[in-house]
Amino acid sequence: MSTRLTNHGRLIDRSARLEFNWNGKRLKGFKGDTLASALLANGEVLVGRSFKYHRPRGIVASGPEEPNALVGLGQGGKYEPNQRATTTELFNGLTAKSQNHWPSLEFDVGGVNRVMTRFFPAGFYYKTFMAPAFAWKHVFEPVIRKAAGLGAAPDPEERDADRYEYFYAHCDVLVIGGGIAGLAAALQAGKSGAKVLLLEQENHFGGRAPVDGVTVEGKPAQDWIDATVEALGSMENVTIRTRTMGAGVYDHGYALGYERLSDHAPEIAGPRHRLWRIRAKRILTATGAIERPLSFAGNDVPGVMLAGAVRDYMINHGVSVGDRVVVATNNDDAYRTAIALKEAGLDVPAVIDARSTATGPLVEKARAMGIRVETGTAISSVYGNKKVTSVGLCKQSGEGTKTDELECDAVAMSGGWSPVVHLWSHCGGKLNWDSEMAMFRPDPSRPPMGADGEGFVLVAGTANGHLDAAAAIADGHTVGAQAATEAGFDAKDSAAPVAESEAEGPILAVWSMPQGQNKKLQMKTFLDYQNDVKVSDVRLAAQEGYESVEHTKRYTTLGMATDQGKLSNINGLAVLADSLNAEIPQVGTTTFRPPYHPISMGAIAGEARGGLFKVLRRTPMHDWTDSNGGVWEPVADWRRPYCYQQAGESVKEAVNREILQTRNSVSILDASTLGKIIVKGPDAGKFLDMLYTNMMSTLKVGRCRYGLMCSENGFLSDDGVVARLDENTFLCHTTSGGSDRIHAWMEEWLQTEWWDWKVYTANVTEQYAQIGIVGPNARKVLEKMGTDMDLSAEALPFMAFADGEIAGIKARPYRISFSGELSYEVAVPAAQGQAFWDAALAAGAEFGITPYGTEALHVMRAEKGFIMIGDETDGTVIPQDLGLNWAISKKKEDFLGKRAQQRPHMVDPKRWRLVGLETEDPSVVIPDGAYAVDGTTRANGVKHMIGRITSTYYSPTLKRSIAMGLVEDGPERMGDTIMFARTDGTTINAKIVDPVFLDKEGARQNV
Amino acid sequence: MSDAVSVVNGASFDGAVQVKDAGLVGMVTLRGDLGSEKLASGVKSAIGLTLPEARGVKAGTKGGVAWMSPDELLLFCDYEQADALVGKLDKALAGEHFLAVNVSDARASFTLTGSGVREVIAKGSPADLSPEAFKQGEIRRSRLGQVAVAFWLSAPDTMELVCFRSVGEFVYDWLCVAAEKGSLPEIFNAG
Amino acid sequence: MLILTCPNCGVAADETELGSGGEAHLTRFGAGSSDADFENYLFMRKNARGVHFERWRHSYGCGKWFHAARCTTTLEVFGTYPAQTTEPPAELIEKIKQKRPDFEGFSK
Repeated sequence: MSTRLTNHGRLIDRSARLEFNWNGKRLKGFKGDTLASALLANGEVLVGRSFKYHRPRGIVASGPEEPNALVGLGQGGKYEPNQRATTTELFNGLTAKSQNHWPSLEFDVGGVNRVMTRFFPAGFYYKTFMAPAFAWKHVFEPVIRKAAGLGAAPDPEERDADRYEYFYAHCDVLVIGGGIAGLAAALQAGKSGAKVLLLEQENHFGGRAPVDGVTVEGKPAQDWIDATVEALGSMENVTIRTRTMGAGVYDHGYALGYERLSDHAPEIAGPRHRLWRIRAKRILTATGAIERPLSFAGNDVPGVMLAGAVRDYMINHGVSVGDRVVVATNNDDAYRTAIALKEAGLDVPAVIDARSTATGPLVEKARAMGIRVETGTAISSVYGNKKVTSVGLCKQSGEGTKTDELECDAVAMSGGWSPVVHLWSHCGGKLNWDSEMAMFRPDPSRPPMGADGEGFVLVAGTANGHLDAAAAIADGHTVGAQAATEAGFDAKDSAAPVAESEAEGPILAVWSMPQGQNKKLQMKTFLDYQNDVKVSDVRLAAQEGYESVEHTKRYTTLGMATDQGKLSNINGLAVLADSLNAEIPQVGTTTFRPPYHPISMGAIAGEARGGLFKVLRRTPMHDWTDSNGGVWEPVADWRRPYCYQQAGESVKEAVNREILQTRNSVSILDASTLGKIIVKGPDAGKFLDMLYTNMMSTLKVGRCRYGLMCSENGFLSDDGVVARLDENTFLCHTTSGGSDRIHAWMEEWLQTEWWDWKVYTANVTEQYAQIGIVGPNARKVLEKMGTDMDLSAEALPFMAFADGEIAGIKARPYRISFSGELSYEVAVPAAQGQAFWDAALAAGAEFGITPYGTEALHVMRAEKGFIMIGDETDGTVIPQDLGLNWAISKKKEDFLGKRAQQRPHMVDPKRWRLVGLETEDPSVVIPDGAYAVDGTTRANGVKHMIGRITSTYYSPTLKRSIAMGLVEDGPERMGDTIMFARTDGTTINAKIVDPVFLDKEGARQNV
Repeated sequence: MSDAVSVVNGASFDGAVQVKDAGLVGMVTLRGDLGSEKLASGVKSAIGLTLPEARGVKAGTKGGVAWMSPDELLLFCDYEQADALVGKLDKALAGEHFLAVNVSDARASFTLTGSGVREVIAKGSPADLSPEAFKQGEIRRSRLGQVAVAFWLSAPDTMELVCFRSVGEFVYDWLCVAAEKGSLPEIFNAG
Repeated sequence: MLILTCPNCGVAADETELGSGGEAHLTRFGAGSSDADFENYLFMRKNARGVHFERWRHSYGCGKWFHAARCTTTLEVFGTYPAQTTEPPAELIEKIKQKRPDFEGFSK
């Protein structure tokens, strides 16, 4: 049974006791514990159930590679599933729950899947749930979802109580990993004067060196580590962040760092996680290595752990994982664990070494201590259910016939070490297979390429394949200098720190234990703990023809869990290679993708939540609208009021009221969102003639003209009124959504095509609040507000504008109308928009003035047959389709879109064209987007469509429904009745009419 | 123009740094040939400053001037003086091909004060805000989160920031969150 | 996440500050052009594997367009230059040829 020792524990503070809650139990730990070490100290070996078979699982590792110990952390707004106990620092009051079991961890109903193991082979889901189709939705999926799933999602009603943020940092050399190699590298780079950023995922430095008894410069590694960290801390050009993981490496020296600021101490104010977005000239990854499990039967029984982790828990946290620990290995490193256990007074029944001979100094030391070493031996099977009780031994060269059995309560296994090459590989760094060391290691001649055409990622230390401490620290020293040099700094020549550790003998690649493991044992031998993928699954996949490692991965789900196969990938692909009779490098690895280790969704979102989720543009009258019944709708990034709802009325009633008020008296409209772009210069007229389909260069100063813009594809893209301010200056109005786009469009043509034309533009959209005073009484309201301008029909006729003052505010009224009424759109400085609005409301009170929203605006323009970009257009409509030929100049040689509009498809008389539509029953409003059908059926079985609705409303003015639509031969079929299909199979009859429903002569606006 | 109001109307927030509405600022966009002597002398006579180098910004007693692009300057003056400044430029540059336009109302301006101003901005802008890279006298046009902004240091611990008026409230809210007490990474050396 | 130096303002801009504009140095064919020329202008693109000339706009910065010569496979940036030209500068072509001996030079 695992327990706390009285000795060891270099990271814990035994004077600082902490209390935490595990599945409702109150347990104790120390400051410096991880949740994993604290659980082990309390004898909690069983920590969860596996995903597929609900097998009992215990802690395997001591770092981010841990596949089993996933827990639900926290409560309410701070609850988070799938947190690793091994990377969770213990704090007072921590609350954690195990996952994937029902009703309890000890007794789990789903464990029945375990006895069904043979019925869940690779590709089980693909093979089983093929047919019938309905069964997936109604039978299979609900059952599988109930039984499977990783943890529980947070309560959707709860909001994450924490805050997150980004931070952009720039440096010359980014060092990821604060082990001895990373520290040596950072020191060398720092001494060169380069700006260095050093990230360490733990809250302490040195990696495995202090655990492994390494000495540096003749003293314990910790002394050198402390001195080096202090030296780095005193350098102004070096920044160090702990609890910050290098999460990903991207193009051109971009990297993500994931800083956990308060996970270890929730009482700390400020953001919980910070996502560092780093640009570095060179990125140096010193990310160490991860130990591989051995593939023997029962290697997932709680109590079977990685040998390095067993050592970590003992030395770092003073925790023993068992009283009798069998060590199984294929290399010398695991002997360190055996020796450390023995030295701590624990029992090591034997070291089971798959190698036929073992002679290194560590082996000899173990033998000298009286530890039984069994070479050429394998574990045939681990016995025990929720806890190891014994192991069976067999010949490594055989198939698994048990030759002996050893009682024990834990197994420390080591299949060798794999360099952490993830960050090297994220952006394309290539790997070589080192068969002698049995590992993939980075190929420094094939690094990820940067903007300068040189490699921008370097790798050092154990991550570079130097498993030996002396080589690792020397490599860090050298590569650190190299990174600084490549970043343009002069790295000082100095001797590398000298590290010493016991030499290790050669490793034997062991991918199967025993070598000829029989099928029955293969079915109990786990490769991927989290996804329950066994050796037998990978062999089956190979048998069924899956030769690519990427396909096998997806077929078996090997390496697809949240640990991304940190423990399983190499073992899995080695089994695949063996099954395919291929070499390991031929099979290759799957793609390493960021993040290295899961990062929180909050960190990815950063500050963008709540009111900051998406940018919101506000007009000067936004707050007034908000507090006066405005019913918001999004229009591009703006919010505009759909209507202004008064007490006791429905939205529909509000819209109808606003329309009738406008038609009968006067209303006020916030039109500030309309784009306004100044175009000035001797070539401004020529330029606008190219941009608009109509002729703008002939527009008289002081006058306005409605214009259309098309893309080079010929399709209508924007519309608006152009005013000529003086000989050389125009002001172009765009749609609300179009102001930035059209300004960019203008600049693109001016900068990249007609750069010799003398034209300047400026986007002045937000300089003005634009306020429409609309209706038969509009002039009276403006005159009552007080003005120095003559606003009479004679002085300021339709499609003219004037400059002056209204209500003491500098104002430019445009006599333009989108409603068909007498209308002034008044541009005033935005800072005085609300003041003007207030003055207009006061002056208009006697006429019952009220504001109207976008829906009233839409209905009124439809009554007049005016098109709306985005309703009548959808990116496939040309102006000719909309009967706007009058706005297309025939005199101009060219304009943007003209050539495209000459293509055969664009001049096809069968193109659907705009008409008005009146339903037979005036109370029936045709659904938006409804298709016109002629009652025939196409060869493919669908109804033949001859048109579609683009705008459809109830008109309170006309007291009937009105619609516009695009219809084949529409303008030639005036008076015909056609059918529109509803989704329920019925149809609506409507008569084709002129799209101008109201005041065809324009008498209402010409007053 | 006593009824003229800035977007957040004088609001301020005291956090790790102070975020303050800079109120209404007179701003004039001037586009033209920045190599022309007539333009340089026009600017000099209007606000008393010579043209800045590329990405430069300078301030004087009569106003300020910022280099926005190879053919664009942003001139600063009192809010009430912006139209008059446009008038002066129109007069001085008559006959030239140029564009001078009052954009005072199209902008929102904020002043950030405190030793952490660089780090507040570095939470949203991919620009290098470190003291070694970003110096007083330089204006940087960039983005802050999702929004286009321009910022410069008017003093070692004072950052001026300008954005479009319609997003002024959004930017103010953003800055207040970024400036929360205890939220700065504190990696930039003072300077 | 590229970095491209805007030749108009000198800022080494983050990709998130830029807008991309596709292949550079297209010749516009307007009204009166042949079907083939117009098709070529509007639709046909090189989609180069290797050296590529492309348009970018410093949209969150100075607002100006520029051109970049870039390798689409290694993302090496050979250079950036102003947009007011119908072909890449000769010295840039020379530089690329030295780095990529198999590069045959710019063609429309």
